[in-house]
Amino acid sequence: MTERLLMRCRDIPGLRSIDTYLQHGGYEATRTAFAKYQPQELVEMVKASNLRGRGGAGFPTGMKWGFLPKQTEKPVYLAVNADESEPGTFKDRVIMEEDPHQLLEGIIITAYAINCHTAYIYIRGEMKYAYDVLWEAIHEAYAKGCLGKNIFGSGFDLDVVVHRGAGAYICGEETGLLESLEGKRAYPRIKPPFPATHGLFGCPTIVNNVETIACVPHIVLRGADWFRSIGPEKSPGPKLFCVSGHVVRPGVYELPMGTPLREIIYDHCGGIPNGRVLKGVIPGGASMPIFTADEIDVPMDMDSVQKAGSFLGSAGVMVMDDSVCMVWACYVLSKFFHHESCGQCTPCREGTGWLEKVLHGLEYGGGHASDADLLLNIAGNMMGNTICALADAAAMPVRAFVTKFRSEFEQHAALGRCPMRPDAAPEPRAHAHG
Amino acid sequence: MPTVEIDGRKIEVEDGRTVIEAADQAGIEIPHYCWHPGLSISGNCRMCLVEIEKAPKLQIACNTRVTDGMVVHTKSEKTTTAQKAVLEFLLINHPIDCPVCDQAGECKLQEYYMDYDRQRSRVPLGNKVKKSKAIPIGKHVMLDQERCVLCARCTRFLDEVTHTSELGIFQRGDHSEIDLAPGKTLDNPYSANVVDICPVGALTNRDFRFQARVWYLERTESVCGGCANGCNIEIYHREGRIFRFQPRANMAVNDYWMCDAGRSSAYGLQGEGRLQQALLRGEEAFVPTLWADAVDAVGRRLVETADRRGGQAIGIVVSAQASNEEIFLARRLAGALGARLAGVSVSPAGAYHDAFLIKADKNPNTQGLRAQGVDLGAGVGALTEAAGRGELEALVLVRSDVLAETTAGPALETLPYLAVLDSGHVAELQYASAVLPIGTYAESDGTFTNHAGRVQRFQRAVAAPGEARPGWQALADLLAVVTGAPAPATAADVFAALAAEGGAFAGLDHAALASSGQPLRA
Repeated sequence: MTERLLMRCRDIPGLRSIDTYLQHGGYEATRTAFAKYQPQELVEMVKASNLRGRGGAGFPTGMKWGFLPKQTEKPVYLAVNADESEPGTFKDRVIMEEDPHQLLEGIIITAYAINCHTAYIYIRGEMKYAYDVLWEAIHEAYAKGCLGKNIFGSGFDLDVVVHRGAGAYICGEETGLLESLEGKRAYPRIKPPFPATHGLFGCPTIVNNVETIACVPHIVLRGADWFRSIGPEKSPGPKLFCVSGHVVRPGVYELPMGTPLREIIYDHCGGIPNGRVLKGVIPGGASMPIFTADEIDVPMDMDSVQKAGSFLGSAGVMVMDDSVCMVWACYVLSKFFHHESCGQCTPCREGTGWLEKVLHGLEYGGGHASDADLLLNIAGNMMGNTICALADAAAMPVRAFVTKFRSEFEQHAALGRCPMRPDAAPEPRAHAHG
Repeated sequence: MPTVEIDGRKIEVEDGRTVIEAADQAGIEIPHYCWHPGLSISGNCRMCLVEIEKAPKLQIACNTRVTDGMVVHTKSEKTTTAQKAVLEFLLINHPIDCPVCDQAGECKLQEYYMDYDRQRSRVPLGNKVKKSKAIPIGKHVMLDQERCVLCARCTRFLDEVTHTSELGIFQRGDHSEIDLAPGKTLDNPYSANVVDICPVGALTNRDFRFQARVWYLERTESVCGGCANGCNIEIYHREGRIFRFQPRANMAVNDYWMCDAGRSSAYGLQGEGRLQQALLRGEEAFVPTLWADAVDAVGRRLVETADRRGGQAIGIVVSAQASNEEIFLARRLAGALGARLAGVSVSPAGAYHDAFLIKADKNPNTQGLRAQGVDLGAGVGALTEAAGRGELEALVLVRSDVLAETTAGPALETLPYLAVLDSGHVAELQYASAVLPIGTYAESDGTFTNHAGRVQRFQRAVAAPGEARPGWQALADLLAVVTGAPAPATAADVFAALAAEGGAFAGLDHAALASSGQPLRA
């Protein structure tokens, strides 16, 4: 696939303006949806496309829409998850900053499909620029009749609100997001009940990621078969890969789902710079297990990556060359998850801090020979035992780092310091929480 | 009804019940911190993780509804590993100072450690996250943030029951801590309930704190006498001293809660100011007298007055502070003498009340007086007027502080004979001819009828001080002197006689009243 759809902004300068967007076929998908399809037909179309959520979990989008109650007197809400916070992930931001009307169009069609008349975009607070761009786009859309009452004469009404979070990773968890949107502390909710029946303000709610929603207009215009023809049958479609770290050309790449990881690193991103060699790659954002250099011949789709022992997640590809101390890298990730744990569930609240402390000791002095096993044990006790997946997100990378680079952990313990960064000043452990 | 198998036992449960409720029904303990039957399900502590066959991972028993055929394992390796893990996580940043923690003895962290954990710490002591200690956050409650397990019971109570939300959870991760919301103090009328529901030593009662180790204390089921609601309580006591009241669950009366005023009333039941000795007026001052002699003297004086001037020259006032048994015996006494009987139930003007538990009627048994047909209207006034006209020669006050409650003062000054049956040094003593000290409801068996007509039993927790007797016993002794018939031996016997009398109490069985009471016959 050479044509860029989700990243059309790269080919069309000024696409964030509604005039430019309209000149290039903007809102045609919306008009088509209103003119040709009943809401349920759109739900079936998305089901047929096999579109899976791009936020990290990969849940089938059409199936999620289908969980909404058929008859309800309550309003149905759409909450667009734009709280992109996973280290190594920066794809939704590009859509919002460069092609906001693509997102709005996806929102309108999705809202029409699920009988929703108020949609919220929950955006990470730090993304002030994207927030401003989105509001500008929304004002433009209202002015052109793309939002508001009786959109394009269809009889369908929709209002869109952008809500800025205060910058907490947990707000990207779908129920934490809903709690925050309701004005409360973003503690993830226990399930059941699920948001499709008891979501925002207790009403049926669909939470979809920005990239997921952005796929919808293209499915409407080109059909489910077209979408399904891209990449593997069970997780098809165009996919945005965010590549960071030790590659020649880091950035966001739109490629077919299933593009091999090796191809992404060496062909699209130009390989490892400065003559160094690849040491490890996290394929799906900071929360996913790392691959070693000899594990990168894996198609980058949800099922293949999972079969290979990790997860596609948000497709945040983090590349590390042989200059990286894996204990230090593991420590940095643990420090992040410790800082971001909401503190609701015991294993996550206490476990993330414990992991960080053990890793801090190994990297900066005070490690023990038993620490590798201790890390595996702590991580094992955290995984699967909490309300949301943050404990898993903190534990999975640690397990993979220790398992695949165990000798480095043992070497750190034996030396009592980091052999690769012997003069590194100890970093203060996370204490302040904002 | 679905049937669930827990640890090999098949249990039939009501539809909609959770695994933790089903297990509880069968007497199988599933450890938990955050779950409380009176609060919404939070599911955060993860202590109740159990293995459920066919489920991909462990499930929390508090939020998992039972389905027919479900098979649950609470003792499997997976479950016990999770239990040990949760306890280890909870303890890594928790002070290990049970010997000096006020919650020792009733701390779920300590108890579950012994039952489900018992492993050595793998965390150096110096690595603990340190939080604040001993912060007074309200009139009744002290907060130790470092001991908190973040179960959120307190915040849910304040959000869902009192709707006052004084406490919140601040910070994140292992720095999370309970604290007051900006600008607030924990001062709602039910604030101390957060202490009861705190499973560890994070929230303690400022009155009870460091007063006693709970394992030394005995508990007695009772009913709060602070107002007409009759919240069910447990009286904690040791060697005759009352240390605290705590609510006892009764969904028909008070759910799981009680108010701070009722709780604090425990401290007013004992101490200085209690009458401990029967007294008869001598030439100038009271003369301490043996109980039997004092009762005999009062009884004979009443009989003599009735014989000489007729029973109508005798008045008996019984208050809504008295038990049903005391009211019954006061009625019998009035009947035997042909005396006039009046009831009194007075509360301070504008007394605090709300739509939840606290009633404006600060008497525990106003409905008991009504149910027994005692005049609560102009009765006391009529008696004092009669006294003023010289028609009344003797008056018996049963827990009736009529000076505080009525304008009876001048009448008492000229009254020839006044017998006072009370617990404390009420103002009427200055006019009294005889004083019979009686115990409080914490020192007696008996029943109260609450505002809704529910008859509830209380039991003697501690002995009355000195020579004081339970009120029913004092009245029974007096009745025996007046009638010459044997006195009933127990409060249960008195209640049985009351029920046998017919009327509103007919059909009620004293034993069946325990421990949640029964409604009066409509």
